[in-house]
Formats: sequence, structure tokens, C-alpha cells
Amino acid sequence: MEYTKEFLQGLYRTMVRIRTFEKTAEELFLQGELPGFIHLYIGEEAIATGTMANLRQDDYITSTHRGHGHMIAKGADTKKMMAELYGKKAGYCKGKGGSMHIADLSIGVLGANGEVAGGLPIAAGAGMAIKLKKTDQVVVAFFGDGASNRGAFHEALNWCSIYKLPVIFLNENNQFASTERVQETTSVENVSDRAIGYSIPGVTIDGNDVLKVYETVKEAVERARNGGGPTLIEAKTYRIKGHFVGDPTLYRKEKEVEEHWAKEPIGRFEKQLKEMGKITDSEKETIWKEAEEEIKEAVEFGRNAPYPAPEEALTDLFVDDTGYDY
Amino acid sequence: MREITFSEALGEAMYEEMSKDPTIFTYGEDIAKQGGIFGAYKSLLGKFPDRIIDTPISEEVIFGSALGAALAGMRPVAEFHFADFIFTGMTSIANQIMKFRYMTGGQPKLHLVLRGPDGVSKSAAAQHSESIETIFMHIPGIKVIIPSTPYDMKGLFKTALRSDDPVICFEHKMLYGLKGPVPEEEYYIPFGEADVKKEGKDVTVVTTSRMVHESLKAAKELEKEGISVEVIDLRTLVPWDKEKVLESVKKTHHLVVAHETWKRAGWGAEIAATVQEEAFDYLDAPILRVGERNVHIPFSPPLQDFVVPDKNDVIKAVKKVVGGM
Ligand SMILES: Cc1ncc(C[n+]2csc(CCOP(=O)(O)OP(=O)(O)O)c2C)c(N)n1
Repeated sequence: MEYTKEFLQGLYRTMVRIRTFEKTAEELFLQGELPGFIHLYIGEEAIATGTMANLRQDDYITSTHRGHGHMIAKGADTKKMMAELYGKKAGYCKGKGGSMHIADLSIGVLGANGEVAGGLPIAAGAGMAIKLKKTDQVVVAFFGDGASNRGAFHEALNWCSIYKLPVIFLNENNQFASTERVQETTSVENVSDRAIGYSIPGVTIDGNDVLKVYETVKEAVERARNGGGPTLIEAKTYRIKGHFVGDPTLYRKEKEVEEHWAKEPIGRFEKQLKEMGKITDSEKETIWKEAEEEIKEAVEFGRNAPYPAPEEALTDLFVDDTGYDY
Repeated sequence: MREITFSEALGEAMYEEMSKDPTIFTYGEDIAKQGGIFGAYKSLLGKFPDRIIDTPISEEVIFGSALGAALAGMRPVAEFHFADFIFTGMTSIANQIMKFRYMTGGQPKLHLVLRGPDGVSKSAAAQHSESIETIFMHIPGIKVIIPSTPYDMKGLFKTALRSDDPVICFEHKMLYGLKGPVPEEEYYIPFGEADVKKEGKDVTVVTTSRMVHESLKAAKELEKEGISVEVIDLRTLVPWDKEKVLESVKKTHHLVVAHETWKRAGWGAEIAATVQEEAFDYLDAPILRVGERNVHIPFSPPLQDFVVPDKNDVIKAVKKVVGGM
């Protein structure tokens, strides 16, 4: 496929913005500035980036506990994201959700999710709504390798298959579910093998190759928009950081991580772009500098924004504000 | 007496009973290689490699298989990882484990334990912070233990590992690192025996888990104002020690029930209703309940602090009941 320089640099920029956001969040967390726990997407940026380059703003995604990258690639405002990570009122969820529950319905993000595989039934429902409304929107449901062992995954695949729903199941196989290796907990070599059981197309790709992700998802999205039903895509990658910031990672050796770091998607794409003559050193530097400035501003915004008033904990359960019975 | 942590107490209970009973085995997510996400099994790392098993993220099977393994002669201890994720396998508990013996006319003894962390920590937000013990008091069919100290953790858990009925154990995340005296010798704490954690004469506070410690802090401060608080730790909710609670209320004539879980229809309501049914004439004031406000646990620290009860809520409630409301 022929790509324009703008398109390619756009992909690069998105990955760099995600990386910068994540590195900053990690630092802030380690400094004790951010509460809760955060799960980083470092090394997995190509998947969200390549996928979302196929989506329109009115397409839906369901995200996971490792969802910052999905949010950014779908077009979220990093200021409001950072404010949410700080637990501030100006955040996406007014401080009620935090990292694991960020959502922005206005750009089609139907929520990060603290429950593993929790987004898959939601994606199926969004798919039903699209079919009933007869629009050509699609849904992309992101989920981890670990999530593919939950009943919710299997039920959602069967469901979307029988109703031929426009749902793309996007598995981010980063080799680990928390402390457990995918080989130890999963009956198939490739998560995509599970598509056979549900009579839908299944494909495994290199998730660190952003163009490969883009092209594979493109085909699945076209099929879904044209009534061809769901696809299961497994993007193989590697979780560079611990499961969450602060994870003691007793279950793997640093050497293994180093080997995988050499294959991380941004450096790799950069090399590719240079070979194709699609980026100069100074363009590259500008992209990194702009990302850094953007995230720095986001941090300032989040840091200086006020906390919600304690009593605001008692809003947002119901629309009509009855039924609380304090 | 030597002091060990809450999680070490759990580890010792497991170690001692597993050494004696080869049918005990334990499984769940992230327990074998890292000793549990909050280190609950850290002291068991490297021990019983065949009987401490990491599983896929498949809660419906984690709980349901405990029933199957028990029926087939083993004594499984299945971990639920976070109380919130009990819901993803709830049917295996509420429809299978809790009904099986009754539906089958009392045929099997169900040697199985479900255990894991519950409660709030520092901003874990709505899906990683819940306390849902009340549900297991409401639906019949499982014994509920909810210890507050290393001593109780060990003694109750050893009893659970010898119980002929299914047991669910809730371990508050904030308690795993708590140190307390635990004797070297083995001991067992029977279910249904509350523990008076502090004697007092003006008001009874009935509580469990993390709120025991908040209630003790409250009692200490109230003592300075001349209010003598009796703190009763129920330790087990099914069965719960009605006698000890009634006895205390007959002495103090005032009752506050304090738990972390939601106040509305929380188990405190059951205690309060029972006490007014059976000791109404002894009460000098209405019974007050302390519990979470009826919303989900929010992420932001000031919001979480507002929703989740602590010693100040206990102090407020106690002052209200002894002050004649
Ligand atoms: C239903 C459920 N069970 C357990 C957990 C605890 N938990 C959080 S993330 C995680 C591992 C998830 O692995 P995977 O789906 O592969 O995603 P990854 O973290 O690798 O991105 C576990 C076990 C949870 N959040 N939800």
C-alpha cells in the first residue's frame, strides 16, 4: 500500500504521544503524585495507533485497565485524562473513575474497564444497537490474552457471530496476564485460533508493526461496515513494564525484557520511515518535542486543577437524584 | 508473644493444615509465582508446588470447580482475587455451592473454602474496592468469616480448613501488613464466637474487619471524654454471636453497628433488627448504623474519604446514641 507522508507521520506522532503520556504517568506515580494503580501501555502503542487510524469518531471502542493508549489514539484530550489520573474534578470522570475507568462517550470510548473482559459484552451490545439503527458504524473491543480465558469472551464471540454484528475483537497478546504467562493459562497457541469455534475470521499479526495492524484492521472494519460480521484479530506484543507500576515482577528476568525492548514499535517504525524517506531527523525531533510539551501542559493542568468537593461523591449515581437514601 | 502479620498468619494456617491434610490444595490468579497480588500467600512461596496452582482468569470455573473438587473428595481453597470479581463467578457460588447440599437432601459434606481480599485501599476505585460480605449473609448456604487481626485470621482459617461446610473468608486489603501477637502453638477459633476487643460500659459497638480498628481508635478518643465503649468484633457473620451482643447491650443499653460495606441493607441492619426484636426493653436510644454511603467507591482521595466510614463516623454515632440523639 502507498501511504502519504502525513499519514505515516500521523501514526508516528500518535505512538510518541502515547509513549510520552505513559512515561510521564509512570514517573508521577513513582513520585507519589498519582493515587490508585496504573497499568502502562509502553511497548504496545502500535496496536491502538494502527487500529484507530481506521476508525471514525462515531465508531465505538471498549477499552481495558491498560487503556490510556486507546483513549489517546481515539482522540481524547490528554489534559482531561491527566486530570482524571490526579483525581481532579476537571478529569474525564470528575475524579470518580481514575485511570481504570476513563471514558469519553463523545468520541465513542465506551469506557476503560477494571474487570478483565468486562468490555466484550458491552461491545456486543453496541454492535446490536448499530445493526438495529442500520448505521455503518463499527465497534472495536480491546482485550488482553488473559481476558480470552473468561466466559464473557467466548459468549461475546458466539453472540456476535450468530447476529453478524459489526464488532472487531482486538486481542492485545502481551504474553502476560499479570504474573501468569499466556502459554501456561491458554489452551491454544494463538488466541486467534479461537475464532474457528465461532465461525468467524481469525488472524494473528505482529502487534509491534503499526502498518500491519493498520492494514489488518482495515480489512476487518470494511467487512464489518458492509455487514460481514465480526473478526478476531490477535496482535502479538510484549508487556515491557510490570503489570502495574510497582509490580515486583518476580515471574520474569530482566534479560527477557531487554530482548523485547529491542523490538519495541516506535524505534522500529522510525527506522522504517527513515528508510522510506518519510521522516527527517528534525521532523522527528519536532514530533517528540511537541508531545513532550503537550503532556507537560497536561500535567500542569492536572496538578493545579482543584479536587472535587467531598460531597460531590454523592452525585452521578442516578440522573434524577432520588434513590440514594443516605 | 511473637508478632506476625495478617498474611503470615494466613500462610501459617495454610501451611500447618496442608502439612496434615493432603487433600487441601489452593488455586486462583497470581498466587503461585508471586504469592498473591497483595502478598497473602507470600510465606507459602516455594512450598507445596503441586498444591498451589495458578489458574486462568476464569472465575466461574474457579468457584464452580471448588464444588466439583469437594464433591470428588478434595478440600479446595479457591481465591477470588478481589471481592469485586466474585461477581464474575457468582453463579457458581450462589446457585451451586450455596444450594448444593440443601437441594440434594444433605448428601455431601462440602469441604471447600473461598477466600481473598475485600475492602478499600488507596484509590482503587469502584471495581477493586468493594466489601460484599452482606450478600453471603443474605443468601443461605455458606459460613462467612471476616477476621480483623493476625490472631483471629489464623485461628478462624484453621477452623475453616476443617469445616464440613463451605466457608468464605474476607480479608481486608489494608490488614495484610498488620502485625499482631500469635502464639507458636496451634489453636482453632470456633465460628460464631464474637471477641470483645475492648470492654466498656456505656455503649456497645458491634463491628468486623478494618472497622474494628477504627472503632478501637474511636473508643480511645471517646474514653477521654468519659464515654466508655465496648467494642465487639463478630469475627464471623454466619453464624453470628447473638448471645454476646445481647449480653453487652443489656449492660450498656446503647448500640452502634459499624461496618465498611454500604449502610443501606448492610449486615448492620440485621444486627439492629435482631437486637430490637429481642432486647427492645433494654435499649435507651435508637440503634445507629455506620457504613459506606450508598454510592460506589470513587477514585479521588477526598471523595473516597467521604464515602468510606472511619473512626470519626463511629465517634459521631456513639455521641449521638449516648447523648440521647
Ligand atoms: C474478572 C477479573 N478477574 C481478575 C482481575 C484482576 N486482574 C486485573 S488485570 C489482570 C490480568 C489481565 O491480563 P490480560 O487480559 O492479558 O491483560 P494485560 O494486563 O496483559 O493487558 C487480572 C488478573 C480483574 N481485573 N477482573
